[in-house]
Amino acid sequence: MATTEHHSYDVIIIGAGGAGLRAAIEAKERGLKVALVCKSLLGKAHTVMAEGGVAAAMGNVYEEDNWKVHFRDTMRGGKMLNNWRMAQLHAQESPDRVLELEAWGALFDRTKDGKILQRDFGGHRYARLAHVGDRTGLELIRTLQQKAVSMDIDVFMECKILRLLRDDNGRIAGAVGYWRPTGEFITFAAKAVILASGGVGKSWKYTSNSWEGTGDGHAMALWAGAELIDMECVQFHPTGMVWPLSVRGILVTEGVRGDGGVLRNSEGKRFMFDYVADMFRAETAESEEEADKWYDDHTAGRRPPELLPRDEVARSINAEVKAGRGSPHGGVFLDIATRRSAEFIRRRLPSMYHQFMELAGVDITTTPMEVGPTLHYIMGGVRVDADTAATGIPGLFAAGEVAGGMHGSNRLGGNSLSDLIVFGRRAGMGAADFIEGASGEPTFSQAEVDAVIAEALEPFSRESGENPYDIQHDLQELMQANVGIIRTGAEIDEALEQLEVMKDRAANVAVKGGRIYNPAWNLATDLGAMLTVSTCVALGATHRKESRGGHTRDDFPKADPELGKVNMVLSQPQGTGVRGAVKVDPQPIPEMPEELKALFEEAK
Amino acid sequence: MADVTMRLWRGDQDGGELVDYTIEAQEGEVVLDVIHRLQATQIPDLACRWNCKAGKCGSCSAEINGMPRLMCMTRMDQLPEGPVTVTPMRTFPIIRDLVTDVSFNFEQAKRVPAFNPGTVPADGFRMQQADVERGQEFRKCIECFMCQNVCHVIRDHEENKPKYAGPRFFIRYAELEMHPMDTNDRRELVREKMGLGLCNITKCCTEVCPEHIKITDNAIIPLKERVVDAHYDPVAWLGRKISGRKKRTADEAAAHRP
Amino acid sequence: MAVDDATRTEVSLGGRRGGPDVATLRTDKWWKLPAVTVAGLSAFVVYATWAAFFGDQNFFLVEHNLISPFYSPCLGHVCKAAGNTGSPLFDWWRISPALIILVFPLGFRMTCYYYRKAYYRSFWRSPVACAVQDAHSSYSGETKAPLILQNIHRYFFYAGLVFNVLLTIDAVEAFMWPVGGVHMSIGTLVLCANASLLWLYSLSCHACRHLCGGQVRSFSKHPIRHKLWKFVTPLNARHMQFAWASLIVVALSDVYVRLAASGAITDIKIF
Repeated sequence: MATTEHHSYDVIIIGAGGAGLRAAIEAKERGLKVALVCKSLLGKAHTVMAEGGVAAAMGNVYEEDNWKVHFRDTMRGGKMLNNWRMAQLHAQESPDRVLELEAWGALFDRTKDGKILQRDFGGHRYARLAHVGDRTGLELIRTLQQKAVSMDIDVFMECKILRLLRDDNGRIAGAVGYWRPTGEFITFAAKAVILASGGVGKSWKYTSNSWEGTGDGHAMALWAGAELIDMECVQFHPTGMVWPLSVRGILVTEGVRGDGGVLRNSEGKRFMFDYVADMFRAETAESEEEADKWYDDHTAGRRPPELLPRDEVARSINAEVKAGRGSPHGGVFLDIATRRSAEFIRRRLPSMYHQFMELAGVDITTTPMEVGPTLHYIMGGVRVDADTAATGIPGLFAAGEVAGGMHGSNRLGGNSLSDLIVFGRRAGMGAADFIEGASGEPTFSQAEVDAVIAEALEPFSRESGENPYDIQHDLQELMQANVGIIRTGAEIDEALEQLEVMKDRAANVAVKGGRIYNPAWNLATDLGAMLTVSTCVALGATHRKESRGGHTRDDFPKADPELGKVNMVLSQPQGTGVRGAVKVDPQPIPEMPEELKALFEEAK
Repeated sequence: MADVTMRLWRGDQDGGELVDYTIEAQEGEVVLDVIHRLQATQIPDLACRWNCKAGKCGSCSAEINGMPRLMCMTRMDQLPEGPVTVTPMRTFPIIRDLVTDVSFNFEQAKRVPAFNPGTVPADGFRMQQADVERGQEFRKCIECFMCQNVCHVIRDHEENKPKYAGPRFFIRYAELEMHPMDTNDRRELVREKMGLGLCNITKCCTEVCPEHIKITDNAIIPLKERVVDAHYDPVAWLGRKISGRKKRTADEAAAHRP
Repeated sequence: MAVDDATRTEVSLGGRRGGPDVATLRTDKWWKLPAVTVAGLSAFVVYATWAAFFGDQNFFLVEHNLISPFYSPCLGHVCKAAGNTGSPLFDWWRISPALIILVFPLGFRMTCYYYRKAYYRSFWRSPVACAVQDAHSSYSGETKAPLILQNIHRYFFYAGLVFNVLLTIDAVEAFMWPVGGVHMSIGTLVLCANASLLWLYSLSCHACRHLCGGQVRSFSKHPIRHKLWKFVTPLNARHMQFAWASLIVVALSDVYVRLAASGAITDIKIF
C-alpha cells in the first residue's frame, strides 16, 4: 500500500462546530500543536443553523436571574436525568463564555444601557438568551472561526475521520480518515483527541440536521471502547417546516414563540392550554389573557404554555394532529402574523421571514406558518467526566452534542450553544492537562490503519451491490416510523431486527466512479456510524420502559421514578465495529449534593 | 408532473462537458432537491457540495442558468421553461462536477488582522444597538463566496487573485473598521495590500448576495471613503500634519494583533 | 511511527475552472439594462455638448427671469447680450460660459459612485453584466491614473453644493420678474424642480453619507452625526433614481428655457 499522508499533533479535534472550535482555541492557548479536522468547509458546521440564542444567566434583562435559576431550569427541563455537575458548570460558566465571544468580536443585540440583550425561550424562567436576531449560531461559529484562524490553528477541511486509533495500553493514539476532495487517506498521530462531531439526525427522515449529522463521533467512540449514555433521549423540535415536502424538517426557531407566536389547531384554538403537565402547572398561565400579559412583564402573568419545554410542545402537536385537528399538510399553525406587527416580525425574525418567503412562498407577517415536530438533537452521547470532558478512554475527550449527560432527557432551547462553549473550553483544558500529566508518545498500529483503509475501499471493488442511497433512505424511513417521537416496544424491537438486516446490506454496498469527491462513496463510509447510532438509540429506547423528556413510550406513558435514577449505558468490546453486539447496562446517575437539591425544594 | 431537463457540468481538472439528465419534476422543489434525486437514482457519483439545505450555511453555491445562486434557495418553479443549466462557480478551480476549490477565500481570511479591542472590561463592553447594527449586517454573511465568484476582478483576471481580498473580505474589513471597540486602523492595509482600488463598484457582489447584504453601498464604498480620508484627501493629510496624528501603515496594521 | 510529517498541500489559486469556456451562460435579457444606460447617457452627452457649444443664445428669458441651469451663474460677454447682468469678472470670456460651469457638475457626476457603476458596465463593459465576461483582457481597476482620480469625488461634491446654492438662487429669483412683485410661471416650477432634484442627488451621494457620519466608529459617541447619517442614508439608497431624475430634469430645464426664450413656446404665467 502506498504511503499515507501523515501528521503528528498534540491534539486533534474532530469537528469544527462551536465545541470543536472552542476546544481548539483553548488547546492552542495552552501552547499545544492543534489540528482541527472537519467533514465540511470551515464555518459550515451545524452550529450555523442555531437560531434563537445562547443561554447564559447574565441578568441583563431580569436582575433576578442567576446561575442557580438557570441550573434548576436545565435540570427540570431534562426531567432530572442530567449529570448535575455538568448542568452546574454550564450554568455557572456560560455568562463568562458569552462575554468572551464579545471580546473576540461577536456583535450581540443590545439592551438600552448597552449590555447584551437577552430573549425569552421555552423552559427558561427569565429572558436569558443572548442573541443576534435569529442567526445566533452563525454569529457564534463565525466569531470562533475568526478567532481560531487568527491563532493560526491548522484546519483540515473536508476531511472525514473513519476510525479512532489506540495504542497497546489503551491510550488514544490518533485517527485515520480521508480527504473528500481527493479521496486520499490521511493519518494523524495525537496525544489526545477531542470529539466534537455533533449529532445523529440524518438517520431520520424529517430532521433539521444537515448531511453531516451521521453520528460519526458517537459511533467511533463506541467502536473504540468508550461508553454512550441515554441514546434513546432524542429531541424532536416542535416546530419544523412541513410544507413543501422538500423542505420538511427545516427548523422554525423557538424565537417565534418567545416573541409572541402561538400555536393553533385547525379550529383556531390555542390548544397548548390543554396540555400543561402537573410539573409545570404552577408556573404556566391558565388563560390567554394571563399569558399575553406575560410577554411585556413577566411579573404580571405566568408563562404562556407555548413556551413549555420542547418535548412537551412536540408531543402536544403530535396529539393534535393525531386527533384530526391538524393543518392541511399534517402540522399545526404557528401564528405570529395576527399578534405582532409586520415590522416587528421582520426585525426580530429576519431569517424566518426569508425562509418562508423563499422556500414556501408564505409571508409570515400575514399568514400563519404550518409547523410540526422535526428531529433536532440528541441528548444522549459519549459518557464524559463533567469537569474535564474526559471519556473512559485515556486521552479521548468529547464536547458538545456528541457528549451525553448535560441535558438529561430533554434539552432546553439555547442551552446547546452555551454547552458548546462551556464544554468545548473544558475539553481543551482537559486535553491539555492530560498531555501535561502523561508521558511518552502513543503509537498506533499500521496494520489497523491498513485494515480501515481496505474496508473503506471495499465498495469500489464490488461489481454489483446495494446502492448506498437506498440503504440511507430505508434507514431514515425505519427510524422515523419505528423510533420516532412516540414509540412502542414492539416497533422498537422490529427496528432492531431491521437494523441487523441493513447492516448486512451495508456490508454489500457498491460504489462506481473515482474517489475524488464521490458522494456515493462518502455516504457509504457514513453508513456504519448511522447504523450504529440507530441501533444504540433503539436499544436505549427498548430498555427505558417509561416516558421521560425526549423519549416517549406509548406503552409506558408515565415516568418511572426508578428509571429516572439511571443512565442507560451502552458499550461494546473494542474493535468489533458496526457488527459488534452492544451491551445495555443501566447505571445510577451521579447523585446531586444536598445544597443543590435544596434549590428544588425552594422552588416548590 | 412533467419532466425537467437538468444540464449539468460533469468534469474535473482534466476537462468536462455539459450533460443532460431528465427527471420527473416534483412540487415545491429547489434545484438542490433535484440534484439529490439525481444522485440517488441516476448519477450516484455526481459531486455537489451542500450542508444545511436551508440557506444558512452557504455551501451549495453554483451557477444556475449562468447566474450565481444557492442551489438550496432556488425554486424550480421560478426558473424559466426549458433545461436548467447548473455549472460550478467559475472563479475557483474545479475539483469535480459542481464542486470547486474555494481555498482562495480561506487564504484571504488568514490575512485579516483580527478584531483587537485592547483591554476588555470584566463585565463586557457597553455598546448601543446603533453602534453594532452596521457590523451586524456584514456578519449576516454565510460565506457562500458567490460575491467572490461573480466579481470580475478575479473572475476574469486570474492574475489579480494574490492582491485582491474580494467583496466577502471587504465587508469583514468594513465591519472591523466600524466596530466601536476595535483599536486597529486597516485603511492603508486595505488600499495597499487588499486591492480595494481594484473594485470598480459595479455591484455584482450586491446583486448575488443571498443574505441581501448591501455590500457595495454599505461596506465597499464606505471603505473607499475611509481610504480617501487616510490617503487621498489633501485636507485630511494637512490635518494629520498639523495635529500630529498618524495613520497606521499597512504593515503596522497587519502586525496589530490582539 | 517512523513516517515523517507530510507537508501540507499548497493552496492552488489557479487550476482549470469548471463550466464551458463561453462569455456567459445567462439566458435572461442581461444586455437590456446596459443598452438603456448607453442610450440615456449618450442622449444627454449629445444634447449637453450641443447646448454648451452651440447654444449660447436663448438661454435666458428676460421677462420671467429664467436662466438655463447650463448657463448659471452667467459668465462672460454673452450674458449682457442675453439680458442677464452676469459677472463682470468674466467679461473677457468670449466662448460659451457653459464650458466653465459644466466642468464641476460633470466632474461630480463622472466621479459619482453610481455613474461609475453605470458607465463601467455599459460603456466600458467591465463587466457589462454580472457573470458576463469582462470585455478587456487586463484590468487594474481604479488603482492607476486616470481612474485613481475617482478618489477626489468628495471635492466635486463640495463644488456641486456651490452650484446647488446658485441654482437655488436662480429658482428663487425666477419668482421675481423685472416688472416687479412676486410671480410664478411653469418655468419657475421647472427651475424649482431642477434645484430640488439636484439637492436630493447631492445629499444622497455616498461621499456625503460618509462625511455626514459614516466615517465615525461609534455612533453613540457622535449623536448629531448619527442623526445626519440616518437622514441621508435612506436618500443614499435612492441615489441612482436621483441621479437619473436630476440628469433628465436639468436637460429638460435647459430645453424649456431655450424654447421659451426663443419664443417657440410661451412660458405660461400662473400668477
